[in-house]
Amino acid sequence: MGRQATRVTVNGKSYARVVDARLTLADFLRHELNLTGTHLGCEHGVCGACTVLVDGRSARACLMFAVQANGCEVTTVEGLAPEGQLSVLQQAFIDNHGLQCGFCTPGMLMTLTEFLRDTPNPSEDEVREALTGNLCRCTGYAGIVAAALDAAQKLRAGAAKPGAS
Amino acid sequence: MGARHFGARVTRLEDPALVAGHGRFVDDVKLPGLLHACFVRSPHAHAKLRGCDARTALAMAGVHAVLTADDLPEPMRATPLPLLLPNPALTVARTQTALARDEVCYVGQAIAVVIADTRYIAEDAAAAVIVNYDVLPAIADCRAAAEEGGPSAHSDLKSNIASTFTLTYGDVDAALESADYVFHEALWQHRGGGMAIETRAVLAHHDPVSDLLTVWSGTQTPHIGRRMLADLIGRDLESIRMIAPDVGGGFGPKAIFYPEEAVIPAAALKVGRPVKWVEDRREHFLCATQERDQYWDVGIAVDKEGKILGIRGRMVHDTGAYVPWGIVMPYIAATTVPGPYVVPSYQLETVVVLTNKVPTTPVRGAGRPQAVFCMERLLDRVAHELKIDRAEVRHRNLIQPEQMPYEVGLIFRDGKPLVYDSGDYPRGHHQALMVAEYDDFRERQKAALAQGRFVGIGVANYVEGTGLGPFEGVTVRVLPSGKVAVATGATSQGQGTRTTLTQIVAEQIGCRIEDVVMTIGDTAAISQGVGAFASRQAVNAGSSAHVAGVAVRKQLLALAARALGVIDADIDLEDGVATSRRGNKPSISFGDLARLAQGIPGVSLPVGQSAGIEHTAYYTPTQAAYCSGTHVAEVQVDAMTGGVKILRYTVAHDSGRVINPLIVDGQVQGGVAHGIGNALLEWMQYDDNAQPLTTSFADYMLPMATDVPTCAIAHVETVNPLNPLGVKGAGEGGTIPAPAAIVAAIEDALTPFGVHFAETPLTPERIVATLRSAGAYDRLFAG
Repeated sequence: MGRQATRVTVNGKSYARVVDARLTLADFLRHELNLTGTHLGCEHGVCGACTVLVDGRSARACLMFAVQANGCEVTTVEGLAPEGQLSVLQQAFIDNHGLQCGFCTPGMLMTLTEFLRDTPNPSEDEVREALTGNLCRCTGYAGIVAAALDAAQKLRAGAAKPGAS
Repeated sequence: MGARHFGARVTRLEDPALVAGHGRFVDDVKLPGLLHACFVRSPHAHAKLRGCDARTALAMAGVHAVLTADDLPEPMRATPLPLLLPNPALTVARTQTALARDEVCYVGQAIAVVIADTRYIAEDAAAAVIVNYDVLPAIADCRAAAEEGGPSAHSDLKSNIASTFTLTYGDVDAALESADYVFHEALWQHRGGGMAIETRAVLAHHDPVSDLLTVWSGTQTPHIGRRMLADLIGRDLESIRMIAPDVGGGFGPKAIFYPEEAVIPAAALKVGRPVKWVEDRREHFLCATQERDQYWDVGIAVDKEGKILGIRGRMVHDTGAYVPWGIVMPYIAATTVPGPYVVPSYQLETVVVLTNKVPTTPVRGAGRPQAVFCMERLLDRVAHELKIDRAEVRHRNLIQPEQMPYEVGLIFRDGKPLVYDSGDYPRGHHQALMVAEYDDFRERQKAALAQGRFVGIGVANYVEGTGLGPFEGVTVRVLPSGKVAVATGATSQGQGTRTTLTQIVAEQIGCRIEDVVMTIGDTAAISQGVGAFASRQAVNAGSSAHVAGVAVRKQLLALAARALGVIDADIDLEDGVATSRRGNKPSISFGDLARLAQGIPGVSLPVGQSAGIEHTAYYTPTQAAYCSGTHVAEVQVDAMTGGVKILRYTVAHDSGRVINPLIVDGQVQGGVAHGIGNALLEWMQYDDNAQPLTTSFADYMLPMATDVPTCAIAHVETVNPLNPLGVKGAGEGGTIPAPAAIVAAIEDALTPFGVHFAETPLTPERIVATLRSAGAYDRLFAG
């Protein structure tokens, strides 16, 4: 099995590892780095639970190999806020009942973090469109949409806590 | 009194860890020396096994073992998995063995398991295991399977019929013969799978020092799972601990005890190292239980006013290759048809048929969506034929509140007469129509039609037996730290069980919510447990939490009275402190009371005082708790593409007293989403050889954020008189009537073309095909 050196910055910390070329980025994050917040729901790129940011753009960690992230900056759900704090979006998920089992939540948060960064004043329809790459079986999406709109409003109002994204 | 917790819109205690990525799901558990499993599964729907050659696989680097049925311990090796819900009407009570021995009867049935250093290697090796098959004819369609002369789902069975039973009351034959009108419907409903976003997962670890076998499983029922595993593996219950940690959605299929939950612990014992298996999505499509097809042929007898006189019919239920949960689902379906309506006579013959597909067991709704679809389609037909408004037909037939408790005339699945404990169906119906602005709809429809838009409205009612027994337990224990430990056999797959039970306990004993330390889904925490299914936990565990809380409150008051030198009645319990209302209001903390309750070594406790501050309650409901509701769907149909957009969706829901409106609204909204999937999207398809065709989320459609509107939800609270909290279940009501309401709305939208729909899922291609047969396109293109 081909092994390859790879260097990835994850949540601001640099990691150098020699890994199997076929190791997915998701398994690398989960099992090599023990960042288990990134979840796997389908491993074929539909459910979006494994969504992470690679150089600031959302990507399916199940459809990328770890070695493809060589030289990249990866952000996972664990990197959305400093330890012990929550981002405005994370808090909005709690306030608006944006999660039930919480399994799809990390992917939702990553997708919406990118979306709200690029679209600070979205309509409800735009939020829903942005979420079509993430499946949730529990919530019926209402709380997630409400959380996104709530977070957008708070971020616009500049109510972000220090360090929140 | 301190802050009211019961009934408050408390944000969930589960959430902070989950949004931070600090949840702990089975696949997140790491143990030293952990090995990984991959199953070798049948590619055939039906075949005889003619040996297995694992030499190549075993020679691969990193492979530790390849186990087949003969490598499993006794009695698991040859004993079928236990039948959880026996029933005298079940004539073929067949369940599968943990690994197939002689014959496989559905695609995906497990034959062997590979244990290796990594999941990657295990998958490589599983592909290298050679299994020899003699392929047998397979039966896919349950209607064909019910006929004589076709292929048998199991080679030793002459008939594929696992059960036939007839439920009846009243003189239905007379009703159908003498009625003013009798209308017949032939209906097909399909439910699809649970499709939790977290797939199933099992991790087993045997500690040779303590001889404890610990099993983490993404299950809804760890106590039941432990019991089944103990039987299969020949160990005492006390030497097995089963833990359901964070579980990423359940929806029914995770309530089943699966072969993997037996095989992975056996493998861990065999190789002497921890072993983990995580189902992949394709395996979930192949091997996790589903609901599937029911075919109904039913007739309804009504008088000239549209009042129901009787319903008679036959239903064929596809149970798949085995019956792990017996006939519970078709039985629930058969008893749910009358619903909130006065149905003077009723008869349904149900035929449960084996096919070569993965077994069916309850998925959110559990047979009820089909029954409600049947009833509501019949009522829509009556409304259409007699030219009565659809809501009015329902209104005329609803059971009135003064008729409560209402005895339907059937025996429900809890073994008790089907008696609705409480409810105000006309109020719920009326409220839903008000919120949905039903009375103005025809104006909206007319205006839309003038713009070339086809919009329609559908109404559906249901009654659901929730809160089923046998029991659930809660232990409440005040710790010397002042924290309150709560343990329960209830489990959580996202329902917020921890939050609601905490609210109930905090309400009773007067502690702060943040001081409750909850253990859920761990057999080590409480001796008896059942788990999550049948919307049962608020009723069962909630009542137990209440009873245990009341008992601990009494203990706290007695101890504090003694410590503070006052009587119980003069003490307030608030925020974890007992305070006297007398004198200078002396107080003592719960922590100090817990220390007092430990007594002094060697010294007798005062009379009447028990050890510690602790109580365990097991609430045992006398019968189901019947919740109810009304759904109104308003849709727009694109006649050219068959696309359906749900414009607004209204729910009036009676789940008794609401413990936490945030959570109940979430359950309703999420349930509706599942119902939308059932109505429009989700179809687990098989070919004629019972080969699954939809085994990815690219082929099997789940509702997306653009498919599910935010519902308008109205709560109609009628107190359940049978449990101390007055609650009823809330987990499935959102799903149950949704397909009926949505399909009715689609039909209503397409009234100009005179089409009729009698099936779910109603996919765009089915809508287009129906419109085409009705000549709709000739008219549309001509116009």
